[in-house]
Amino acid sequence: MPLIPAITDIEALKSHPALASLLGWNARMVQAAKFDRDELTIWVEKDGIREACAILRDAGDCPFNYLCDVTCVDWYPSEPRFEVVYHLLSIPGKERVRLKTRLDGSSAALESVTSVWPAANFYEREVFDLFGVRFTGHPYLQRLMMPDDWEGHPLRKDYPVEGYR
Amino acid sequence: MPQLPVSFAEPSQDGTLILNMGPQHPSTHGVLRVVLEIEGETIVRLRPEIGYLHTGIEKTCEAKFYQQVVPLTDRIDYLAPMTNNLCYCLAVEKLLGLEIPAKAQWMRVLMNELTRINSHLVWLGTHAMDLGAVTVFLYCFREREDVLRLFEMVSGQRMMSSYFRIGGLALEPPLGFFERVKKFADRFSGKVDEYEGLLTGNPIFMMRTKGIAYLSMEDAIALGATGPTLRGSGVDIDLRRDAPYSGYEHFKFNVPVRSEGDVFARYLCRVQELRESIGMVQQALAGMPEGPIKADAPKVVLPDREKMKTQMEALIYHFKIITEGFAVPAGEVYQAIESPRGEMGYYVVSDGTAKPYRVHMRAPSYANLQTLAKMCEGQLIADVVAAIGSIDVILGDIDR
Repeated sequence: MPLIPAITDIEALKSHPALASLLGWNARMVQAAKFDRDELTIWVEKDGIREACAILRDAGDCPFNYLCDVTCVDWYPSEPRFEVVYHLLSIPGKERVRLKTRLDGSSAALESVTSVWPAANFYEREVFDLFGVRFTGHPYLQRLMMPDDWEGHPLRKDYPVEGYR
Repeated sequence: MPQLPVSFAEPSQDGTLILNMGPQHPSTHGVLRVVLEIEGETIVRLRPEIGYLHTGIEKTCEAKFYQQVVPLTDRIDYLAPMTNNLCYCLAVEKLLGLEIPAKAQWMRVLMNELTRINSHLVWLGTHAMDLGAVTVFLYCFREREDVLRLFEMVSGQRMMSSYFRIGGLALEPPLGFFERVKKFADRFSGKVDEYEGLLTGNPIFMMRTKGIAYLSMEDAIALGATGPTLRGSGVDIDLRRDAPYSGYEHFKFNVPVRSEGDVFARYLCRVQELRESIGMVQQALAGMPEGPIKADAPKVVLPDREKMKTQMEALIYHFKIITEGFAVPAGEVYQAIESPRGEMGYYVVSDGTAKPYRVHMRAPSYANLQTLAKMCEGQLIADVVAAIGSIDVILGDIDR
């Protein structure tokens, strides 16, 4: 099972149902795509993430109706610093796709997808708690893991592993 | 983990009562805290508060070598340690593009199904005890002890086994291990009949579970329920069958699905899974291939002790892996497997160095916990206990 080089050409990946639905909806919102290790990643513009999720959820022949996970990766010190990652699963189509959105460190906020999947509630709260990314339109954006009066966001790369002493 | 409300019970503005259940409540299976807003005995609103067991495992992973993360994964879902090990190892193996020998894959399946039995036994025992049937608890823990002894036999540890390694297994299974497993498997089906005899037709148990904590199929999907909680609501999905990993495609098994969506349906799904798991254990024993238990990748997999003493190269590789780890090609992987509680996912990002850039665990209990409010609102307080038991929460898994 040697590693196959990743495919990053959008044209070559068009046949994947998730990318086809997103391109059919609004090609300008799709920044890039990558097929690596049997997994498809699509980079979506920050402003379009909620709509993109709604489009994929309701896509005709292969609806990505199940939100597996929302998380974040901090690429500090490079900018755009944060990448919010959504893992979607199509229960009828048995397909997976990963959506990503890049965010600047100075304005780390994007639209919440809780209106598309109520399941996003905890995941987004966790990302807010541990990374400090804000989700607009979230019904209850409070800390989840850390105490309310905690300072800082532990999973950021500029937060020391041992914590502040 | 917000600190309010402070007292055990206090009135709210609109005449309802805020009641704190947990974090030290015995039926919350750990340190789950549920804030209930009640009117009389009826629940108006329910909010789970978590984080009491948060240990920052994801952050710790970023400071360890890839192989050092394996023992950390045991501590996440402590009732299914091998499932966590497997999910992490599969993710890193996918990043590396590593092929695992057949025997290691079959051993992994065997151990995973034993883990599922172990986990379901704890669930069944505590769930029944929450509802007043203490006998079942004792019976389940009697059999669980046998499974833990099997774990001890292969890994030296009862709970935090860390038996899998990136690239295969830590050790050959010891002499007499398969006979012990076979003995257990032959005996176990009768034991499941015993539990079912105590519960399935029991009128008190049925009254406490049938029609209680209903979750519709649409809600289950929208709220991200997974595993038996999702299958109990009529969604036919099981990653072992739908996206086979580690050789599951060679096994024959049924996926129990119930459409009722209540506590009893979830109970039936899990009990049936116990029977399916024992079938898979028997298949694994019957078809166990011969061969190596580690992949042929000297830069990743530690050499055998014997080789280390006689071959210079093996000694060098051992030294290098222990002191510097091994570099993993840059990339990212989301590996999902079917844990006893549902879809467990490990999202591992590599930046090409010997330490993971980011490890995120998609915890099945965490996903299931979000359905609790939907199940309980409008129901009675006494049913919250049944609902919590039926989604099988493990707080280590939720809080990480």
